[in-house]
Amino acid sequence: MTEHFPVLILLVPLFGALIVVLLGKERPNQCWMTSLISLGISSIISIFTVVAVLAGNKFQTIRYRMGGWPESNGYEVGIELRVDILAALVVFAVTFVGFVNTIYSKTRAEAEVQDKVSFFYALIQLLIVGLCGIVMTNDAFNLYVLIEITSLTSYALIAMGNRRAALSSFNYVIMGTIGASFYLLGVGYLYIKTGTLNIDDIRMVLGNNNLWEHQSIVVAFIFIMLGVWTKMAFFPLHGWLPNAYAYAPSMTGTFMAPLMTKVMVYVMIRVMVWLFGYEFVYSDQHVWGELVIWMSVIAIVAGSLLALARTDIKKMLTYLIVAEVGYMVGGAWLGNVTGQAGAFYHILSDAAMTFCLFIAASIIVLRVGDCRVNAFDNLFRKMPLTMIGFTVGALSMIGLPPTCGFFSKWYLISGGIEAGQWEYVCALIFSSLVNAVIFFRIFERAYFGQITEAKEDFVPSDSDANPETAIKEVPWSMLFPLFIASGSVLLVGIMNRTLFEWIQTALKMMNT
Amino acid sequence: MDLIIATFIEDNIVPKFNYWIYVILMMIGLYAMITKNNLMKKLIGMGIFQTAIILFYVSIGVKDTAGIPIISHHGSEHHQGATVHSESGPSSEEVSPVKVKNNTIDKDKYANPLPHVLMLTAIVVGVSTLGLALAISQKIFKSFETLEEDEILNKLRPGSHD
Repeated sequence: MTEHFPVLILLVPLFGALIVVLLGKERPNQCWMTSLISLGISSIISIFTVVAVLAGNKFQTIRYRMGGWPESNGYEVGIELRVDILAALVVFAVTFVGFVNTIYSKTRAEAEVQDKVSFFYALIQLLIVGLCGIVMTNDAFNLYVLIEITSLTSYALIAMGNRRAALSSFNYVIMGTIGASFYLLGVGYLYIKTGTLNIDDIRMVLGNNNLWEHQSIVVAFIFIMLGVWTKMAFFPLHGWLPNAYAYAPSMTGTFMAPLMTKVMVYVMIRVMVWLFGYEFVYSDQHVWGELVIWMSVIAIVAGSLLALARTDIKKMLTYLIVAEVGYMVGGAWLGNVTGQAGAFYHILSDAAMTFCLFIAASIIVLRVGDCRVNAFDNLFRKMPLTMIGFTVGALSMIGLPPTCGFFSKWYLISGGIEAGQWEYVCALIFSSLVNAVIFFRIFERAYFGQITEAKEDFVPSDSDANPETAIKEVPWSMLFPLFIASGSVLLVGIMNRTLFEWIQTALKMMNT
Repeated sequence: MDLIIATFIEDNIVPKFNYWIYVILMMIGLYAMITKNNLMKKLIGMGIFQTAIILFYVSIGVKDTAGIPIISHHGSEHHQGATVHSESGPSSEEVSPVKVKNNTIDKDKYANPLPHVLMLTAIVVGVSTLGLALAISQKIFKSFETLEEDEILNKLRPGSHD
């Protein structure tokens, strides 16, 4: 049974999406129930997968040949799924966030996309299939197809919003296609040189024939990196992200913001460590190591400053994602296992805290009716439970100890010190300080908000006085996902030692 | 000078002309996607860009003197386990279809089918991207009544709210 887990994780939401489309828009509740059940099953299977690959600290790898094609002459013929502990953790994060986000979507989907509810649930399940496929597949071309499946569904999901969402979705289509095409070109160059598409086989052929320093391979690596960076919104290529995530329907934004960029970071680490290998990427003959670290430093600083300049809370959070992508790219390129494992741990912790912050921000914007931070007066009094969730996410973004944000920064900084990349360490600390300014600005508003200022704008009857119009807590169907998200921020933080050791062991097994 | 150009063309352009064509087409597409103001022209650029990559893949599967990669079965005992990774195939006079002898295939006698198969998938991806982008631009046209990017941005400018 264990060996079928990878494909089951994919198949359940795939058929769920079909059923949801067949149910149609007249039955929004059944659509919701179907996708909740299918994603629930999928995340339960992925928990079992994590347990199965751990196998009592033996760290085994599950390989699944799609269609049962046997290998011939030592080469894989068909498409292979490959799940090790790293893939299993990311798959669990994807399916779990999808499941919790579906609970959150219940009320919002009917309000925001009205007659397209069934398409929304179908697309979100297809998106999860795509993301899990990206993480698990062991075939370079198949990876391209799955990246495009993910991108196509997310273009459609973003375009479901208002007219600005449609425009930003169009820009995303253009940028995303450029990125995916560059990736495809890179795979083509690898195929010319090696004659295979299986990631392990490419690595084997490259190693056996000592093709490392061949021009085509170097060009292929650069093309693939450019493509993946465009898809993950690495700083100069981030143009599509802020508008797309800020104007998308809120339950789409809450799902895509934590996962899309993180899964692409996973792809980058996988390409670097598994496809090309440690000796090639960090070889002294290439100048790019130092260059990419500097690029990530620029990404971190620019992302933080752009976030500081925004007053719209959703835009601000999207620019913080740009900065976080800089963290992970920098960590992965430091050239030591600590940095890589830190970047990988940051994938998980950033997924948790971005999810938490986006849900909280969506709830706040929904209730306040205004995205601007200036409108957040006295929110701690009006909606204390939401603000607790928001505070946990914000403290994690700043990096305070019990939350996961602290530990991921800690590991990244220790990786930076180990590699002697002081500019990267400085950028991380700088970004932490900027985050503190950003979030304490909101806390100040929400905690000590001036009632006099509110009266200047408006009205004899203060909104607090009138219970009908008062800003109040949202229903539990929306608060519950927020608490799960903030709980997972704390849980990932508390479990940091275990998770980090798993990640480190898996990466060491690959690097040696 | 002429000699240098002639040798350059002979060494770098003639044997690799398929790469040159794909690079030129790709740059045309990229230029259109980045600089054109009209959303429809951007999409045309996207089509050229994707087609260039498809041409690149298709061209790498081509071999001189190779035929269609269809395996003909003479005798049922050979139709299992025919392998592509053969060291030496029997020399056969026929070009196509490829004959299977002794469980091996002469790999020089048939074109590599894999890039073509991959490009079938890539064409499907390209078509669906284009279809989706056209649907989105239709939505943009309905709400802004124009497809010129600068006019759309002008309509968004006065007041941050639409």
